[in-house]
This record gives sequence, C-alpha cells and structure tokens, in this order.
Amino acid sequence: MKRSVAYYQGCSLEGLAVEYDLSTRAVCEALDIELVEIPDWSCCGSTPAHSYDPLLSAALAGRNLAIAEKLRCETVMTPCPGCLKSLKGALLTYHDTKDHDAFMELLAMPFAGQVKAVSLLQLLYEEVGPDLIGQRVLFPLTDLVLAPYYGCLLTRPAGFAQFDDPENPLSMDALLKAVGATVVDFPYKTECCGATYGVTRNAIVGKLAGRILDMAASLGAQALAVACPLCQQNLDLRQSQVDRYWKRRFGIPVLYITQLLGLAFGIDSRRLGLDKLFVDAAFITRTLHAPTEEVKAFQGN
Amino acid sequence: MERIHTLALQATYDAAFISRVEQASGQQISKCYQCGNCSASCAYTYVYDYPVNQIMRLVQLGHREAVLTSGSIWLCATCQACTTRCPNNLDVARIMEALRIMSRRENKVSEKEIDLFYQEFLDSVRAFGRVFETGLLPLFNFKAKKPFNDMDLAPQVIKKGKLALLPHRIKGRKQVAQIFERFEARRTSQEADNK
Repeated sequence: MKRSVAYYQGCSLEGLAVEYDLSTRAVCEALDIELVEIPDWSCCGSTPAHSYDPLLSAALAGRNLAIAEKLRCETVMTPCPGCLKSLKGALLTYHDTKDHDAFMELLAMPFAGQVKAVSLLQLLYEEVGPDLIGQRVLFPLTDLVLAPYYGCLLTRPAGFAQFDDPENPLSMDALLKAVGATVVDFPYKTECCGATYGVTRNAIVGKLAGRILDMAASLGAQALAVACPLCQQNLDLRQSQVDRYWKRRFGIPVLYITQLLGLAFGIDSRRLGLDKLFVDAAFITRTLHAPTEEVKAFQGN
Repeated sequence: MERIHTLALQATYDAAFISRVEQASGQQISKCYQCGNCSASCAYTYVYDYPVNQIMRLVQLGHREAVLTSGSIWLCATCQACTTRCPNNLDVARIMEALRIMSRRENKVSEKEIDLFYQEFLDSVRAFGRVFETGLLPLFNFKAKKPFNDMDLAPQVIKKGKLALLPHRIKGRKQVAQIFERFEARRTSQEADNK
C-alpha cells in the first residue's frame, strides 16, 4: 500500500545533515512512502524561538503546517526531533483555548489544525514496522554491533511525544535488529548530548558528547545509530573537538538510522550520503554480506 | 569554583513573582517538595550556579533577583529529563523556559553569549525564512569577539562539500518576517496595557 506524507525536512537537512535528507528519501522510496515536500517551507524557529516566546515558536512552525494542510496531507513527517517539537507545539497552541486566537492572529493564514505531526522514526516504526522492514533486507548487518542513541527529544516528555518509552525507548533497537544488526543495551539512550551549546559553550559538548561516545566504546559498539540531526552533528562533526577534550581518539562513526536501513536494503552507499559523514564509516560497507541464494530468489519474485 | 551562595530570604520576597511564573509556565510551583529528582537527572548541574531543585525552591520563596540572574536558567537545554522524572508531574523544563523568557524581558540575562546566539539565529530566520548555518557562525563570532570559534571545523566541512556559501532565500520570507512583526506589535501593545 502506498503511503503519502507531507515532508518537512527542516534547515539542518539542507545543510550539515544533508545525508539525513538523502537517506530519508532513499529509504522512503524503497518502502513505498511518497514524500510530498512542503512547498517553500520555512524554519520552525527551533530552540531560539522557544526561548524567545512559545507563541512566536508556534506561529513560525504553524506556517508549515498551514501549507501542508493545503496539500491535503493528513500527516506531516519530519526527520528532525527539534522541528517535531515546534510543529507539535504549534498544534497544541492551536487547540489551546487560551492561546488559539493569538496564534491565529500571528499566523494570519487559513489553518484548521487537522494535520498530525510525527517523526520519521515514529513513521518507520509504527506505520511500516520492523516486520515489513525486515522483509526488505538484502544485506543483513550481521557483523555490526550498534549503540542506539535516541537523544533527549524523540520520546520526551511522554505526554507530549506520545511515542515509545521516555526512559528506555526500543523502537530504533527493534528496527536495527530487524535488519540483522547486534544492538547493545545502551544505558545513555536518552542522555542529553549538549548539542545546543556546540557554538556557545563548547566544553559542555566535550564532556556530554564524550560521555556518550565513551559508553558506546566500552560496550563494544562499532558505531552509533541516531535519528536526530543535532545529535548527529554534535557527535560526528564535533568528535574531533571531543577527542581533544578527552585526550583520546574515539573514532566512532555516527550513522543515521536511515543510512543503516538503506545499506541493509542494498541501496548504494553514495545515495545514502555515507561519504558525507565526518568520522569515516566506509568499513561498514565492507562488512556487508552478498545476498544469499535464498535472497536472490526472493528478489527475483 | 563559586558554588556557595548566601541569600537573605526574607529581605527579597516578591509574591507577585511567584504568580507570574505560575501563569507563564502553567505550573503550580508549590507542588515541588524538593525530592531532588530533577537535579539528579540533570546533565548540566555541574555548570549551574543553582541546581534546578534550588531554582524551584527559590521561585517558591519569591526570590526573583537570584532566579532571573542565575546562569542555570540559560544553561538548561530543555532536554526534558527533569520533566520526565518529576513525581509531582511538574513540567520543570517549562518553568525554566518561562524564567529564561522573563530574564530577557527584564534585562537580567547572565549568559549573554547564549542569548546572543539565539538572537542571531532568529535574525537569520527573519531575513531568509530559513536559518543560514554558514552565515550564523561568523556573525556570532564577530559579535561575541571570538573570531576563531569553531574555525577548526571549517576545513572538514569544506572537504565534505557541506559549506553553503549563499543563504537559501525562500519566496515566503516576507510572510515569515511579518510573523515576527505581528509578534512584536502584540508585545508592545501588551506592555502598554500593563503600564
């Protein structure tokens, strides 16, 4: 069955997280999910808008929901948990009796609050599911040990996220297991990585991101799997800074869940933007097994 | 490290402050009974001047000045660990956010660079409709007088072809700027009403 969702990529995905955009498109295509781009989308305002005024944040994010509604899409999907927070905040503000009028006054666009906002991870886990994703696998990630890192926003707070578990989320674990990887029981799944302070208070990133990399290394993980562009940049692009802070070389690649699924589906690593990662992840493509006779027969059908 | 604070609790009690925080955050602050779960969960306590449970206590005590000038409210990353674990279901992160907004409005921001970064971010959104990552950093560095901040990352970013030289100006950028303008007009009229 073909699914169709409005796609809100957000600013990171056209910049430093371009590989998240590439791999999201490739994986959704493979899973028969049509991504309808929100035309002329704008920034959700992110943390700076929240810290300025929640109403401003809601209106900035709301513009995109209003455009999506015109496309007659029921669901807006974003790969970025930061954007998701703003989009959901806009919907809550719309439905709040106290703030509704002020929100509509700022937005000044027709909007009926009928769309739903979900993360990419939620869409993959709840709408497609590990079983179907497992059936698509051509190159199981059998030789790979991964630490699933969810970050702080994907599942918290529980009442707001309405997805998975706030303390011990398992959706990404299940998807990674479905494509054959070994998944470590990662105690720092939802510990904050400090991404907000990359530019302004870099030493915080050194400490917090380093703690996550250190735990992954001590559990024998060969790579981290993530679903947030802010976490990814913080752990990957800034890993050289974290190395200096800890006076050691972590060398742990940080891959988007969509890159890992895509590799297992047999999608070319360049289409998944694997070469865009800062900490080299090329070794992963070398661990992939050629499809077995059984798989080839399945492919033929 | 300066971690000991002496506060004259009775001397600075501001009753109106408590209800303002409650109204802005939608949270009933008296529900906090100081279990300390929030501080135990907080990844940032080591850089805070007051741990988050002490911020809650200071709000209960109407200690406006100490709260609004504290670094903690600006170093909170809204990671939601405190909110997730509060046994009284207080949205602690939302209270911290409300305090952050109040501290800016009252010109009491202690972490000026964080505030500056947020301001530059929003200016970028207002100008282009989307945030221009490449332009944001040099502008912030210039204004914060830290010209070499993050410059160690530039060669890697260029090598990976991830450096955009020009901002993506969206067609609806005027629409976005107008949201800012209407927001400001609303604030100005609200402030006039309050006076």
